[in-house]
Amino acid sequence: MSERLDELLAGSAERWPERPAVSSADGEERLTYHELERSAASLRDALARHGIGTGDRIAVCAPKSPASLAAVLGILQAGAAYVPVDPTAPAARGAYVIDDCGVAAAVVAADLLAGLRESGSSGLEGLEPWREAPGGRAIEIVRGPGGEKAGAGESPLAYVLYTSGSTGRPKGVVHTHASALSFVHWCAETFNLSEADRFSSHAPFHFDLSIFDLYVSLLHGGEIVLFGEEISKQPTAMAAAIAERGISVWYSTPSVLRLMVEFGQLEAYDWAALRLVLFAGEVFPVKHLRALVEAWPAPRYFNLYGPTETNVCTYFEVPEEIPADRQNPFPIGRVCENDLGRVVDEHGHPVAPGEEGELLIAGGTVMRGYWNLPERTAGAFHVDEEGTRWYRTGDLVRETPGGDLLFVGRRDRMVKRRGYRVELGEIESALYRHPEVVEAAVIAVPDEDGVRIEAFVSRTDGEKGSIIQMKTFCSKELPLYMIPDRFHFRPSLPKTSTDKIDYQALAGGAA
Amino acid sequence: MSDRERIVGEVKGYLLEEFLPEEDPGSLTDDTSLVSSGVLDSIALVKLVAHLEETYGVELEAHEMSADYLDTPAMIAETVEQRKEPGGGGG
Repeated sequence: MSERLDELLAGSAERWPERPAVSSADGEERLTYHELERSAASLRDALARHGIGTGDRIAVCAPKSPASLAAVLGILQAGAAYVPVDPTAPAARGAYVIDDCGVAAAVVAADLLAGLRESGSSGLEGLEPWREAPGGRAIEIVRGPGGEKAGAGESPLAYVLYTSGSTGRPKGVVHTHASALSFVHWCAETFNLSEADRFSSHAPFHFDLSIFDLYVSLLHGGEIVLFGEEISKQPTAMAAAIAERGISVWYSTPSVLRLMVEFGQLEAYDWAALRLVLFAGEVFPVKHLRALVEAWPAPRYFNLYGPTETNVCTYFEVPEEIPADRQNPFPIGRVCENDLGRVVDEHGHPVAPGEEGELLIAGGTVMRGYWNLPERTAGAFHVDEEGTRWYRTGDLVRETPGGDLLFVGRRDRMVKRRGYRVELGEIESALYRHPEVVEAAVIAVPDEDGVRIEAFVSRTDGEKGSIIQMKTFCSKELPLYMIPDRFHFRPSLPKTSTDKIDYQALAGGAA
Repeated sequence: MSDRERIVGEVKGYLLEEFLPEEDPGSLTDDTSLVSSGVLDSIALVKLVAHLEETYGVELEAHEMSADYLDTPAMIAETVEQRKEPGGGGG
């Protein structure tokens, strides 16, 4: 069995050099396994010329394309870990990730370089051009701020994914080749997949759903069909591409599926190829799931659950018939066979079956820790008497009589929006950077689409401000999915008796 | 009032009602940036396009669902008008 993710590519390239490995959703850019492996190797060799490789971290900041996938794989071939940077997020956020992670180099789309250079502390000095991507977007290799090389430990680092952080800055979740492969091999055993499959890659590479899309496909010798930043937001074009490209395995958030049900004109196509639909990242409201199953009756559907820190750690197969009177969302299901789960009370003691508690996960898929945050890492784990490290998901669950886990809510101020993790505290930190904001508080309000993020703000002049102006400000500080849906201006925010912002009063006034 | 002005006015009314319920209408000008500024997210954009298609009987191409075509009320009206014109590439 493989010990490194790049061996999955090597294995399929040896076995099926001429089979298609990756293509763009429109089918215009395509690479065979042989071509993908060669392209990745050219980046590995370029990095080696500059002494960059084993133990380093290397950022990738480029639009999704066969070239950016080859970059990710070339970094892994070099023995380094890749750090995907959202090319659509504000440059300041990308620059923060590059600095925080101490990357030795970055592989960057040329047109994004200026913004990153202006926003970051490191010069990002050019090392060499790597390739001219089709469509004219050049990709360059630049020197990063550098940092300590990571020790291999039991398994070398494979990637660092930055997620929203409650202290106002994103934090890096560190996965090893072993933790990623534990998940990838579980998928191979659980879903009936083969080299004939065409896998969608809808999630961006900085989002953990991409680990399934890329590596499960490479393991099987399937074809990865890349849905880039533009088409990923266009339900009609997405639906057409799924049908026309003969995608057989689709994986995305429920929000994306719901968008396709509502606006994708699904009745217009033949869905014969589609046989497996996986969703994760947030709760799927049953009425929308039912509408999807009506539009796509043939595939099997699975709800996958797991914070970025654990990959996927529980799963549930949606029954073929969804009862007409069912309104509650389906469970997150059973703990994956390669992990262990426990439901505990606030003291870490297991609760009685059926009682509510926090879900802890231990096992092969769990992250090594947060990058350069030893205290946060220690706080994220509960170590039991036997020395087992249990990741505290922060998710409250209870077990149904049938043995499935049901998601009940969160212990903290993290919410899922469109499948992305959003720490409400990080939004507040961004709002406080606005020169006219005196007080800011953000709450999440459940609605029929999931959650709505509402911001309450008081300004220096005590007046009502412009929502458009506040949203525009946020777009320079936060990724788009973190921008509040609604803004409310108050002369001052309500306080509790201990003079803290009274979130309950705000929630009562948000409806 | 020209067709263009009428469409801009209607589009602004729709945007305020649907996505900016507590906004001062004066803050939304013909040239307010909506997509590149994050005022409209991707789902709001999809809803806006559905509204335009229904209200004006036009059909937008997938690539037109972007800041290049729909960033401001004025650009939205221009895109709709071009689609409405016979031979304007619509249909």
